[in-house]
Amino acid sequence: MSGWVLRHVQSALFAAGRLARAPIATAFTLLVIAIALTLPSTLGLAIQSLSGITGEFSGAVDVSVFFKQDVPLEKARQLANSLQQRSGIARVELIPADEALKQFRAQSGFGAALDVLEGNPLPHALDVRPKPDAADPGHMESLRRYLVAWPEVELVQVDSEWVQRLNAILDLLRRLVLGTAALLGVGVLAVVGNTIRLEIYNRRAEIEVTKLVGGSNAFVRRPFLYTGLLYGVLGALLAAGLVWLALYLLGDPVARLAKSYGSSFHLLLPGLRELGVLVGAGAALGIVGAWLAAARHLARIEPRS
Amino acid sequence: MIRFDRASKRYPNGREALSSASFEIRTGEMVFFTGRSGAGKSTVLKLIALLERPSRGLVMVNGCNTAALASRRIPAFRRELGVVFQDHRLLPERSIFDNVALPLHAAHAPLKEIDRRVRAALDQVGLLDRARALPQELSVGEQQRVGIARAVVGKPKLLIADEPTGNLDPALSMEVMSLFRRFNDVGVTVVVATHDVEIVKGSGLREIVIAEGKVHDPSAEGLDLPRMEAQR
Repeated sequence: MSGWVLRHVQSALFAAGRLARAPIATAFTLLVIAIALTLPSTLGLAIQSLSGITGEFSGAVDVSVFFKQDVPLEKARQLANSLQQRSGIARVELIPADEALKQFRAQSGFGAALDVLEGNPLPHALDVRPKPDAADPGHMESLRRYLVAWPEVELVQVDSEWVQRLNAILDLLRRLVLGTAALLGVGVLAVVGNTIRLEIYNRRAEIEVTKLVGGSNAFVRRPFLYTGLLYGVLGALLAAGLVWLALYLLGDPVARLAKSYGSSFHLLLPGLRELGVLVGAGAALGIVGAWLAAARHLARIEPRS
Repeated sequence: MIRFDRASKRYPNGREALSSASFEIRTGEMVFFTGRSGAGKSTVLKLIALLERPSRGLVMVNGCNTAALASRRIPAFRRELGVVFQDHRLLPERSIFDNVALPLHAAHAPLKEIDRRVRAALDQVGLLDRARALPQELSVGEQQRVGIARAVVGKPKLLIADEPTGNLDPALSMEVMSLFRRFNDVGVTVVVATHDVEIVKGSGLREIVIAEGKVHDPSAEGLDLPRMEAQR
């Protein structure tokens, strides 16, 4: 068993030695593989970061109810209490107009502009949070209709709408990334396969001699599979570096942009799990690409004397 | 060890390189195939080493009917025999040691055993001290001896050599031949194809003459005539 392991280690080292002996050609092949892996990985991670914020909010789909300007606070409080009795409602919070104005002044940065206004342009409002089991689109819609029907109500706004839209956009993007990843994956297969094909023809004499002295197809194939594996793994590591660099460079501007919208959103840097997935995908693509090339071209090389 | 029974080889271009050849080589024998270039010697060796299969007739080698052997069994078949080439066919990027070790690696021999047997084989051809050298650092005669070490390192029962002395001067040729005889002395069946009449003449060994794709086996027929014809 240890002999078997040692032989495979030898094959891997031998393949590594061959790659190192042609550094420029190897570097270009690795770069192509790395770029093909970088694009979907970066997009994928960015989408994963975005899913994080929608996740943050999807448990808190609130309904905002704005009363008409002339509805007094006392009436608003009554309505809030009666709404509290309705089934499927977790919490009703009354936001008096004064309170709302204070908040708005503090958060929006339009404080000076508000001073110009006479009186308070904001109405009293309710922040209604449904129970989690009643937070699906169907229940939300019936709640919205119920509230809109009140004569005192000016506007009902379901906050979850933008979350749903964002989720739909993310779903679309996710599919696009998957499609891109699949196409670029085939590209990696082709690059590795073609590189291995050239390698096989460059080493034709060696393959013939090896077959002549009794090397089986599996024995002849093995170093090429290791070459493919190395291309895949090294390309994936290079891609991980590029992804990290891209997200690191984008991270600060994105965080600043998000902060200006009052969000703590930031791009996730790839962790060990993501690195593992990337390297695993690279390794699989490398081996499969090499295998396809070897299966096709090695059998054709038979010794002649 | 080897039996040809009306074996013919016709190539796709229509040329019949060997027609209806019959002969038998017993285990432990040492035999020369002689004849001009293109007479069919190489074809006979290719049929023995299973680089080709016969178009018609029977070729039995080491108990195997080569026409019927499944492709996946060919590697195992080839490990039972050692082949020496005129152009030695060493791998230029690998050390002498690694070149000789190739058949043992192909046979998945344990590494310790590989080390021991490669050293023994290099010792037999007198090149143990050059184990770390690359082929191009050796003389032509030495390279050929490395080729022989590679052919015998797997302890084959059958050793096949195609013009092993083609590129060597007479003194080196004699040296290579004496190596073959030493392997033959320990029981290896040796088959050598050569056009070097000098080597065959003095050896007193069996000679099978091939001319225009036909086999003339004086030892079997008890006649010297076909051989004279072939060489004229």
